[in-house]
Amino acid sequence: MKTLSGFKVGDRVTVSSIEGDDDISVRLLEMGLVPGVELEVVGYAPLGDPIEIELIGYRLSLRKSEASRVLVTDKFS
Amino acid sequence: MSIQQQTEPIAVALIGNPNTGKSTLFNALSGVRQRTGNYPGVTVEKKHGTFRIDDKAIELIDLPGSYSLAPRSPDEMVAVDVLLGRLPAERKPQAVLVILDAGNLERNLYILSQVLELRLPTIVALNMIDAAAEKGVTVDVELLSQRLGVPVIPTRANQGEGVQDLRKALANIEHQAPPEYPSPFPPAFREEVAGLQGQLVSRNVSAPRYLVERLLLDTSGYLECELKLGGEDFHQLIEEARKRLKESGAPVPAVEAMSRYGWVRETLRGVVERKPVPPPLSDRIDRVMTHPIFGTIFFALLMMLVFTTVFSDYVAGVPMGWIEAGFEWLGELVGSNLAEGPFRSLLVDGVIAGVGGVLVFLPQICILFFFIAILEDCGYMARAAYLMDRLFSNIGLSGKSFIPLLSSFACAIPGVMATRVIENRRDRLVTMLIAPLMSCSARIPVYVVMIAAFVPPYSFAGGLINSHALTFAGMYLVGIVAAVIVAFVLKKTILRGATPPFVLELPSYKWPSMSTVGLRVAEKGWSFIRRAGTLIFASSVLVWAAAYYPHNEAIVAPELERLAAVETELEQATDEEKIAALEEELAALDHRISGALLRDSYLGRAGRWIEPVVRPLGWDWRIGCATLASFPAREVIIGTLGVIFDMGDEEEAESLPLREKLQAATWDDTDKPLFNLPVALSVMVFFALCAQCAATLAVIKRETNSWRWPIFTFVYMTTLAYVGAFAIYRIAAFLTETPIVSV
Repeated sequence: MKTLSGFKVGDRVTVSSIEGDDDISVRLLEMGLVPGVELEVVGYAPLGDPIEIELIGYRLSLRKSEASRVLVTDKFS
Repeated sequence: MSIQQQTEPIAVALIGNPNTGKSTLFNALSGVRQRTGNYPGVTVEKKHGTFRIDDKAIELIDLPGSYSLAPRSPDEMVAVDVLLGRLPAERKPQAVLVILDAGNLERNLYILSQVLELRLPTIVALNMIDAAAEKGVTVDVELLSQRLGVPVIPTRANQGEGVQDLRKALANIEHQAPPEYPSPFPPAFREEVAGLQGQLVSRNVSAPRYLVERLLLDTSGYLECELKLGGEDFHQLIEEARKRLKESGAPVPAVEAMSRYGWVRETLRGVVERKPVPPPLSDRIDRVMTHPIFGTIFFALLMMLVFTTVFSDYVAGVPMGWIEAGFEWLGELVGSNLAEGPFRSLLVDGVIAGVGGVLVFLPQICILFFFIAILEDCGYMARAAYLMDRLFSNIGLSGKSFIPLLSSFACAIPGVMATRVIENRRDRLVTMLIAPLMSCSARIPVYVVMIAAFVPPYSFAGGLINSHALTFAGMYLVGIVAAVIVAFVLKKTILRGATPPFVLELPSYKWPSMSTVGLRVAEKGWSFIRRAGTLIFASSVLVWAAAYYPHNEAIVAPELERLAAVETELEQATDEEKIAALEEELAALDHRISGALLRDSYLGRAGRWIEPVVRPLGWDWRIGCATLASFPAREVIIGTLGVIFDMGDEEEAESLPLREKLQAATWDDTDKPLFNLPVALSVMVFFALCAQCAATLAVIKRETNSWRWPIFTFVYMTTLAYVGAFAIYRIAAFLTETPIVSV
């Protein structure tokens, strides 16, 4: 299973689950990263971290360390 | 006035996601009738506003902007406690007003779904409908209201549109029934909650369904500790329920987000229509602003623009010149119209010099806040946090600390308050504790005077860089480097903890509202003036009094006699050589008298008492007592130095700038100059690092609700300042081969 941390700008993926049941995973779920949601990688900050993504009509930034808990399926695979 | 008016106002809680225009709506609804404070025990701001409509008074309780009602800390618990009426300091709200961003309904409905479960009469304000339309999003308001079972009122808070409709709806709220809201949770979850609730009832514990749900969902254990329901073995019951849920395919806590977002999708089906539109301007701007190369260049240029404008002679310099000239004129006017004596000295040396010396920095403060307000209002600040996060994560902080630290370059007080954007408590504390190290505008006068007087002017690179500007920048760097080290050490020691997540919404760009920006600048500028008028005024007067009294002229009686004699001789003298000799003696006498009186003053005595402590920094007792007097507010230093180095020298006070007075100062009873480059650097570094600001410490106390942190800040910063000043003095003396004075 792939995680969100390894995609290129412009890639579109679908969330399949979030790893763990601590505060961080709850936070990600609350922000809309629930199974079935589609998102697009919009960009990376200058030093390669954090990531900027677009989902359900808004933009969110999160660190790679958080993005690596978001398990996704590639839309085109 | 009817009898009904006398009853208590209807209490309505305001809740919604950040960046939905909640504050704008709160301001528009309540106008100027607002009051703010803190909840006891936590750092959450308490904001109340009232308005009247149709003989009814409505009181709005503004809750902090948040994405969810799932508490994991005391601060987050406040919103739930207020809504459930569990807080003794707050009445239980009779209704809830939820603000939604029309362009972002999918995420915004999440918290609404939680609010509806509280079964309080609810009204929805559908805000920013114009911005949604630009994104191609149209909302069927009628259908949404039907689905939710609560009134939905479209608003454009920044234009004041829909505000009156909202007021009318709130006036009728008493007659509105609580919403019928089926639980979005799967049956298995509802059964578990009902089971737990039954267990509590059998133990004579009453808890609303909402709290029991939360108890089951909160795997961090925070709520269990907080609520302490049902005794020891209740934890066991919760654990068992969680286990069963996991097996049945509804694992906590994920089940909540999945159920609620499922409900959101159902509710919005057919309500929201998305027309494909070309990518909105905001998205195209964002491409550039967060681009690895252009974004960084823009960020650097922006910061340069901000700081050069603040420190430029052309923008800030002009109004500063006016203020300075105004106070000079005032000083001369008062000085020449009042008889010599304590009262004139108080007005000219104490009040006008002290308050004027501070007010001169008003333009710089206003310019810096103008930029910060614009950047915040247009949505760039979140991008700045995004760009800076990687750098900040090196010292264990997140990009969210950038905004408070930037504000602290104007003044640490709003900087400390701006730490509210940081949810993580440890992060917030660290940011708050290092904010006063950023060189605020109150340090500028110290830097300006010391640099102008004691840093030899050199130019490099064809005049582009000069030693004055370099030293100035160096002082800012001293603060930043110290802050980085302190943050790093704190995160490794007393505030150790896992790196908090960085999950930050990047809101759409919008044109900053000039009224919001203007209001913010006026508010900050005014609070600065108030501070100058009260705290600085009071310290100036106190310092003046301490330096003037007891004013025992008996101790200088022989000098005064001789002074009178010399004055008479001078009047009669005709021989030019004799006149010159007498004038020289007169000046020397004046100097001795004022010096002796100051030494004998209360401030002088205190200065001499602490002299052994400041001697290693290269300071004499006068610098020591000026610094001592500056502990309530560092701006006082200029007035104090003026007072100390001219006291009694009134005739020449106006004609000689402070800079020259300092250059002429010598160690007592010698002709060795008091100040030189190492001493000036030592003074500047001390002022760069020391916590000389009672107001900042008071704000840290208020924000942390504890005396521990302001005391900690004061102790660590004063120690740092002393060590820093000592080190720079010794190093600079060694490098410039300046002899270390030990008189």
